[in-house]
Amino acid sequence: MDESISMDFGLKLYETMLRIRRFEETVCDLFARGRIPGFLHTYVGEEAVATGVCANLSREDWITSTHRGHGHLIAKGGKFDRAMAELYGKATGYNKGKGGSMHIAEPDLGHMGANAIVGAGINLINGAGLSAKYLGTGGVGVAFFGDGASNTGSFHEAMNFAAVHELPVVFVCENNGYAESTPRWYHQKNERVADRASAYCMPAMVANGNDVTEVYLAARAAVHRARSGGGPTLLECLTHRWRGHHEADNQSYRPKTEITDLDRFCPILKLKTQLLESGVKETAIAAIHEAIETELQAAVAFAESSPLPDPSSARSDIFTSR
Amino acid sequence: MTTMTYREAIRLALREELRNDERVYLLGEDIAQFGGSFKVTLGLLEEFGSKRIMNTPLSETAILGAAVGSAATGLIPVAEIMYGDFFAVAMDPVVNQAAKMRYMFGGKLTLPLTIRSTLGGRRGAAAQHSQCLEAWFFHIPGLYIALPSNPADARGMLKTAIREPNPVIFFENKMLYNMKGEVPDEETLVPIGQANVVCPGTDVTVVAISDMVQYAVKAAETLADEGISVEIIDPRWISPMDWDTIYASVQKTGRLVVVHEANLTGGVGAEIAARVSRQCFDYLQAPIERVAACDSPVPFSPVLEKEILPDDRHIVDAVRQVYHYQ
Repeated sequence: MDESISMDFGLKLYETMLRIRRFEETVCDLFARGRIPGFLHTYVGEEAVATGVCANLSREDWITSTHRGHGHLIAKGGKFDRAMAELYGKATGYNKGKGGSMHIAEPDLGHMGANAIVGAGINLINGAGLSAKYLGTGGVGVAFFGDGASNTGSFHEAMNFAAVHELPVVFVCENNGYAESTPRWYHQKNERVADRASAYCMPAMVANGNDVTEVYLAARAAVHRARSGGGPTLLECLTHRWRGHHEADNQSYRPKTEITDLDRFCPILKLKTQLLESGVKETAIAAIHEAIETELQAAVAFAESSPLPDPSSARSDIFTSR
Repeated sequence: MTTMTYREAIRLALREELRNDERVYLLGEDIAQFGGSFKVTLGLLEEFGSKRIMNTPLSETAILGAAVGSAATGLIPVAEIMYGDFFAVAMDPVVNQAAKMRYMFGGKLTLPLTIRSTLGGRRGAAAQHSQCLEAWFFHIPGLYIALPSNPADARGMLKTAIREPNPVIFFENKMLYNMKGEVPDEETLVPIGQANVVCPGTDVTVVAISDMVQYAVKAAETLADEGISVEIIDPRWISPMDWDTIYASVQKTGRLVVVHEANLTGGVGAEIAARVSRQCFDYLQAPIERVAACDSPVPFSPVLEKEILPDDRHIVDAVRQVYHYQ
């Protein structure tokens, strides 16, 4: 583990990654049992990216998230119970059941929403950067998006716009090698999305997205640059999607070797080994696991027992009343 | 009262709102030193500086994406899309983001966003610089839509739009930029969703949008000579639409002609006709007529363009038809 990372901070990163992993595993199970309607795109395997990046952010910093967005919300401080209730479509969810998994949002946490339009958040985050710069808050904006989104026109316009206006933003490409079912080698000639940054005279970094300390340190540099007026950075995190594009995807298009022996990619096991080597006690790690399980059980109970939204509420919240 | 052009009235509203609230800023292509393609923002850079009068790359998606994101995080953007036709390359930030964010988030975000753009033909600008695309946005819940038809309304409606805590698409008609009119000296805001009865009448109601109001006034003069009294209603905002004013007028006259420059099929007039037939069925004395552009791209050659677009002659014909309907 990098020497600049304290044991306590390492445990904090571990806890966040585990929170994401266990939340996702739990919702997959609930989805399979028909408790959660709609679609479910999980973040299993990619936990180090949201965790390492958001560890550099405060509540006043904004993020835009994606359809694969539960991890970003949890890393930004989202609570299990409100998130779970939203996935259930309950009135007590973060968004009163109007958003669901693909649109979950909590502006009070600096979270501008998961987004089911691939690439859209890359431009929205420029607005957050613009606000921070305009109002002099010292805040930054971080857009999470995938390798697939890097082929949208939205990506190109956003990169150029941010570079030209020297906005305090960080573009975090979570490269998991697949745009839904289409592999990277098929959808772009570039081996690295980060290579595209030079087209915008923008600095770029590539991090092992399965190593939370590496992501954290790279993001720290990018966030620092943004905060100190140095403009945007493109940070590419190479990671691995463990499950299907969504839960109804059997991944017939992937080589078996990619989705077996997944522990070799696991950012949580990797950090655990490092923590134990640096002297953290097994009991400390076990306590984290135990606390998360308790909180998860309570969240499921909260979601199960929460009321459904009043059907008439479907007609409200379209406009802000004056 | 001061006489000024529609262009000057819009600039006045922008200047007043920029002075009124530090969070208000403008962004768009060529809007700073150049003053915008239609010179609406000319001179604002000198007073407010480049932070608040922000030139952008030629990137409509980036402009609107940043506008939406900044509205969500504390600013009050007034974005400019030079020609309404260009929305076609940047619908996502408007339709999937701005119009839906508050709703999707269960009422957790407020988006004080104004998007100024233009519509209309009659300038030999051909198929990709002449469209009236207000119906695209009319179909989307979560957006307000303004179509001022004169200088006083342009100023009063734009001020309202900028102060509105919701996304507003503000469509300026290119053919009206040089139109002169009296604008009140005091600060006057046009309430959102309030129609204007342009001239009262008793025989036929004409609901006309944007610069078609002018053509309707001209038609009404011709028709008055024939003894037909026309009541002209300018909705000003098509979302929210002032349905009550329209219904009350049709219940009085029993006859309706709806006029817009946009294509006939799927136009705003179709919705007006449908709702009036339902709400005023017992009052109608003739089928509702619609005056609109032919369902065609706008051609280049002025003689062809004139053939496609509606004007006062079409309104006169339509009013005669409903008036004399047996």
